[in-house]
Amino acid sequence: MDERERIDNIWGERTPYYNDWPIRHDEYTTDQPDEWIQSACVLCSNGCGLDIGVKNGKIVGVRGRDTDRVNHGRLGPKGLYGWMANNSEDRLTTPLIRKNGKLEKSSWEEAMQLIVSKSNDIIKKYTSNAIGIYNSGQLFLEEYYTIAIMARTGLGTPHVDGNTRLCTSTSSWALKLSFGSDGQPASYTDIDITDCLFLVGHNMASTQTVLWSRVLDRLHGSNRPKLVAVDPRETNTTLHADVHLMPKVGTNVAVLNGILNLVIKNGNIDANYINEHTLGFEKLEKMVSKWKPEVVERVTSVPAKKLIEAAEIIGTAPTLLSTALQGVYQSMQATAAAVQINNLQLIRGLIGKPGCGVFQMNGQPTAQNTRECGANGELPAFRNWRNEEHIKDLAEIWNVTPETIPHWMPSTHIMEMFRYAEQGSLKMMWITATNPAVSLPELSRIRSILKKDGFFVVVNDAFMTETAALADVVLPAALWGEKTGCFTNADRTVHISHKAVDPPGEARSDLDIFLDYSERMKFKDKDGAPLVKWQTPEQAFEAWKKCSKGRPCDYSGISYEKLTGGSGIQWPCNEQFPDGKQHLYTDGYFNTDYNFCEGFTHDLTTGGEIPPVDYKASNPGGKALLLPADYEPPHEEPDEKFPLWLTTGRLVYHFHTRTKTGRSKPLHDAAPEVYIQISEADAANLGIRDNEMIKVRSRSGFMEGPARVGGIAAGLVFIPFHYGNWDKPGVLRAANELTKTSWDPVSKQPHFKYAAIAIEKMDTPSKKIAAKVKDELSEVAKTATEKVKQKLKI
Amino acid sequence: MQLPAYLGLAKNAEDQLALAFEAIGKKHATDIDVLQACKLLSAWSKDHVENLKLQIEKYGQKNMSEPKQLASVVLKTKMGSLGLLRDLHGLWLMACEVEMCYIIVSQAAKALRDKALELMCEQFCEYTNRQKMWLQTKIKTSASQTLVVADS
Repeated sequence: MDERERIDNIWGERTPYYNDWPIRHDEYTTDQPDEWIQSACVLCSNGCGLDIGVKNGKIVGVRGRDTDRVNHGRLGPKGLYGWMANNSEDRLTTPLIRKNGKLEKSSWEEAMQLIVSKSNDIIKKYTSNAIGIYNSGQLFLEEYYTIAIMARTGLGTPHVDGNTRLCTSTSSWALKLSFGSDGQPASYTDIDITDCLFLVGHNMASTQTVLWSRVLDRLHGSNRPKLVAVDPRETNTTLHADVHLMPKVGTNVAVLNGILNLVIKNGNIDANYINEHTLGFEKLEKMVSKWKPEVVERVTSVPAKKLIEAAEIIGTAPTLLSTALQGVYQSMQATAAAVQINNLQLIRGLIGKPGCGVFQMNGQPTAQNTRECGANGELPAFRNWRNEEHIKDLAEIWNVTPETIPHWMPSTHIMEMFRYAEQGSLKMMWITATNPAVSLPELSRIRSILKKDGFFVVVNDAFMTETAALADVVLPAALWGEKTGCFTNADRTVHISHKAVDPPGEARSDLDIFLDYSERMKFKDKDGAPLVKWQTPEQAFEAWKKCSKGRPCDYSGISYEKLTGGSGIQWPCNEQFPDGKQHLYTDGYFNTDYNFCEGFTHDLTTGGEIPPVDYKASNPGGKALLLPADYEPPHEEPDEKFPLWLTTGRLVYHFHTRTKTGRSKPLHDAAPEVYIQISEADAANLGIRDNEMIKVRSRSGFMEGPARVGGIAAGLVFIPFHYGNWDKPGVLRAANELTKTSWDPVSKQPHFKYAAIAIEKMDTPSKKIAAKVKDELSEVAKTATEKVKQKLKI
Repeated sequence: MQLPAYLGLAKNAEDQLALAFEAIGKKHATDIDVLQACKLLSAWSKDHVENLKLQIEKYGQKNMSEPKQLASVVLKTKMGSLGLLRDLHGLWLMACEVEMCYIIVSQAAKALRDKALELMCEQFCEYTNRQKMWLQTKIKTSASQTLVVADS
């Protein structure tokens, strides 16, 4: 395979099938490897099994693992070419400390001493409530678990979050609210036999290319499943849909309530299942009953006829598999909408059965582990922070007293952490394997906070990202392939990734960095012994097994040995299920019991927490919860000043802020530059030609880029979010310059999918003069007003 | 019959709560979650006021001034995180006042066998509870940071 093959032919050749997905072996090397080391791909949430080819201590390629249950040998463009970033010449190889405004090389000793002394000073003066940890969906399980114990009891701070907040927080919340805990009920093997796929806000063709190959192969095979898609744009996914619903941005709840209403009205529900295994049907039925097709059409612009057609397919398919991703999670009413998809599967009684279920998809390859291990807003192994018994249990495992674990409130989410930093009550943030200076909303604000005096920022990264460039200390980190660890994909498949090569220069794994920090900080358990009792990834994994035993994500039956050699293994894996389990909730018994559940539900509209006593009073005791939600309009809509809708999203060739994919030549060349996609009608109105440089403004900021005219509905503008300026200094071209500081009240996932914007042609010389005159006049007016105020003493 | 006194109290209390949610949201607009939630919760109270007017047409009302006095006591002029905490605390007290009005009016509704009034009280109480739940959640989330670390 050459370096264009999977760029030009993203999903590869078709292998049509039903039930048994054939193997297709994908491989790309730049040299003949001396050895192959087992791993899995870390460039989307699919988690394809692969081997890393090594020659003379350097990565020279990858091949798909034919035996792996996830990909059957296949790899997508990012999987085949992304590894090249490891060999990039601009890797960070030594620690850096900011001195006199500039980042200068230092030793590990000096850098770690500085971090430790800053930490101790801050704790002494302000308590550990002034320190925050912001990690990733890119590390390994062993690293997350280490961060969890280090941050939650070593430091004892409530401010721990992962960038999973931006991609899969809603997934975890939707699962937790409906089923009692996080954990995907379905398996990828359900795609092999399902009668109907319902994709909501999920452009699978771009976001999980190998999973989409699996779907495409079904669509081309015998017994073709139906495909219903909800997406405001036409995409490579929606092209194949039997019915494509194109709602106005921000109206997912109205569409889903409309479908639920029709499914109920048409009698396409499983009354026995509802009675035996769910709570709340009456309230749900009442809520959705007002969402008649014509009402839905008025709010969402989805034609009533199309909605009826979609509901008929979804309501009558013998088996149904639904998925959701960022079109739901990053839009208005994220959790409320995601939960309605769970409701659909529940009222049809199609969960925990072959070919059925829901994927509240993950965005990143290791996001599941951030959530499981407690490195985001949750406690390890889906423990409930409001259940004292769970805290006692965790404290016992960690050999600490329960009160050392912050559990008087939920863990602080990243948007709130930045607010505390803005206000000055967060004095230090340790950021690892993520790039908030490109990935968070309203970037001008984020940059100014990161640059703030008195805010000490440490960044672990492999490259000089936009965020690292603003840090006080930068620590060079090892990448995938340079360390050993495990991670879990969106269908609960756990893979091991063995170390294939050494990290460059003095770079270290995050595990080693945080173990070093814990030792230097002298974090102890209640008996005075070191708090973190492991030194190697395998020891960390063994400790995690103990922590997860008996919880929904039970890893106790998995070992490094078991993961090495064959396919990945699904959790739960324990004595009862030694080879893992394909479906959760096969008996219709959910994790909602008061004593077992991960949380006590929230108000879907406000985010308010239902008091434990109320949850206990109506203890669902194993029944799934049908939680209704009414439609709420978006917080911002186009107006005269900002007349267009912006939606942001992903490109097939890039991952996040291109830190890795932008350094792989085939991937970079395939999508080297941002673009601003605008409809023909809007372009004609504004006099904009294809490829012309244009400026986009919102209430949050502005950015520039070339226009791409066509392929999108009038009134809507799409900008891929990957492009910061590490490789193009001085140009504001990130989509998140425009997005607003706003988030879902339950999952706290930011609203990246809608903002009101205006587009204008780039400044011409005469426009520049006009702008300058305007600025100067306004300055004169301001000074005059001040003078008058002073004179009048007002 | 003293029901008009309590209908007046309920209406004025909801009215003050609606105004307070709106004002506090705008005052702390840089806390975007507060701005958005307060706007929504204010709309709920405004809606209740309109509905209460229908009951007032039936039973009459006395104009009660306590809700306004309560607002002037519990809402603060201070900005910053402590100012926000105090304002949320104040809103919670005002919501409690509203809730108690409905509990009391509901008792009268039962005695009068006025199902519509009773149902209204029950439904509005549910919304007031949701307002309180959001307030308590936000208060609990920001309290430790504000009291232990923040300067203002």
